[in-house]
Amino acid sequence: MGILELHNVTLELGGKPILNDLSVDFWEGHVHALIGPNGAGKSTLASTIMGLPGYTHHSGDILLDGQSLRGVPVDERARRGITLAWQEPARFEGLRMDRFISAGAKVKSRENVERMLTRVGLDPARYIGRKVDKTLSGGERKRVELASILAMEPRIVLMDEPDSGIDVEALQRIFDALTDFKAMGTTVIMITHSVAVLEHAEHAFLLCNGRILDKGSVGKISGYFANNCIPCHHENMPAPDEEMMPA
Amino acid sequence: MSDVATARALLESLGAAGSHFTGDDVAHLEVNGNEVVGSHLVPGLDVDVEQIDDGIEAHIRLHEGVRIANPVHLCFGMLPTEGLQHIVMKVDVEADSFASVQAHCTFPNAIDITHKMDAVVNIAPGATYEYFERHLHGAEGGVLVVPKTLVHIGEGARFRTEFELVKGQAGVIDFDYDADCDAQSTLEMITRIIGRGHDTVTIRETGRLNGEGARAVLNSYLALRDDARAEVYNTLSASAPYARGHVDCKEIVQHRAVAKAVPIVEVSHPLAHITHEAAIGSVDSKQLQTLMSRGLTEDEATDLIIEGLLS
Repeated sequence: MGILELHNVTLELGGKPILNDLSVDFWEGHVHALIGPNGAGKSTLASTIMGLPGYTHHSGDILLDGQSLRGVPVDERARRGITLAWQEPARFEGLRMDRFISAGAKVKSRENVERMLTRVGLDPARYIGRKVDKTLSGGERKRVELASILAMEPRIVLMDEPDSGIDVEALQRIFDALTDFKAMGTTVIMITHSVAVLEHAEHAFLLCNGRILDKGSVGKISGYFANNCIPCHHENMPAPDEEMMPA
Repeated sequence: MSDVATARALLESLGAAGSHFTGDDVAHLEVNGNEVVGSHLVPGLDVDVEQIDDGIEAHIRLHEGVRIANPVHLCFGMLPTEGLQHIVMKVDVEADSFASVQAHCTFPNAIDITHKMDAVVNIAPGATYEYFERHLHGAEGGVLVVPKTLVHIGEGARFRTEFELVKGQAGVIDFDYDADCDAQSTLEMITRIIGRGHDTVTIRETGRLNGEGARAVLNSYLALRDDARAEVYNTLSASAPYARGHVDCKEIVQHRAVAKAVPIVEVSHPLAHITHEAAIGSVDSKQLQTLMSRGLTEDEATDLIIEGLLS
């Protein structure tokens, strides 16, 4: 059953259409993967679903449980169960890990924070007193962010390039988390370039030029990796310049 | 009100921080206005206090080689709404000794209060002296805080100080710390302040690395909202080989608040090295969006980011 539906969503950034009359349904409790070349609009799609500032002026509609999210701010979307794991998680100078993980947690207790750290393979005794700052490696930050999302028990998690900048062990922890999300009934939408990540999905979509060009089984969509991309009639758009992106 | 009752009232205004009142192995001193209303000392620590018209003169002496295990608590405050409290303090930390002092400054009912401190601190070679000053002000912000401290840090000695005002409204703060550092000594100064309403904050921190291998860090963390204003002047100079220092100022500005940072670094020896950085601006948008995507409102997310910055 569709929990999240996008109907004819078009979004322009810097005068260029990044999402182009895009329509797609995501199924409740399933793990989805979105693949596509650079500039296809994958991260923009995640930001648009999350309702981040600068990504709300789209046409078409996004429905959660059949209800439009138009005009619903980021924090309210999160309270309704949608969250986003950034490709490059933010650093928080001075902010203790337990405060960060429990900020959006359903159960706000030290025991729960310890449980979440353990689930992402970080020893609570070593990590709970640390800060979510530059002293953490990229992989550690990814895992801490994942711990905060697991603690939130979201209904839908958008994971932007979950494998970028991390080592093999951290990647395995992220795959373990997918199992946890599945057990919780969470709908997962992964944005990826990686066959290894794609193989952990149940359904896959090929995004190009801001449109879904194909969808289906992982086996079918992963075939596009072998061919780099399918032939299509659309000219791919480059990613907008950083300066053109909203803050 | 009796001295004991006044002391209790001062400590109760500190909340959990006031729980040091009991404990035989914990040194403490409570001063309300110009009256000492409670005190307890431990071996190796002398505190001589004289009452002056508008405050006290205190001479604190830590004997050579004495290491005090528990923090020493000083509580300076005024329960009335108006008045002047002038603390004149001379601190002698003798060689190879150690003490960590927690100064609690509480003005819970302030409407027009001046809290002025003039301190001279001499830390002898090999000693360590930590001085953490935490202010608790009322909601009205009617406090003028003027702490001025001159510090001399002897060879191999260490001085660490923190000034924190994150609860209640600051009022006007004119903070001035100045330290001379001998060879192989360490200086660390940290200020953490939240400014609200029409608070005005001026911070002057100066460190002079005069001796070989002396090290210093001057850190200022401020969060300003409403119409608060802050100016931070951090000055660090190094005139000896292998002296090392860093100046760091971070300020978050919201609403109509205005912040200014003026870091000055001066190096007069080719083997010395000092760095500085300053960042002033709004709350980081990615941090904000991350926390909001966990369900926090913008205000809750901002408070958590500031909590981290000032932690």
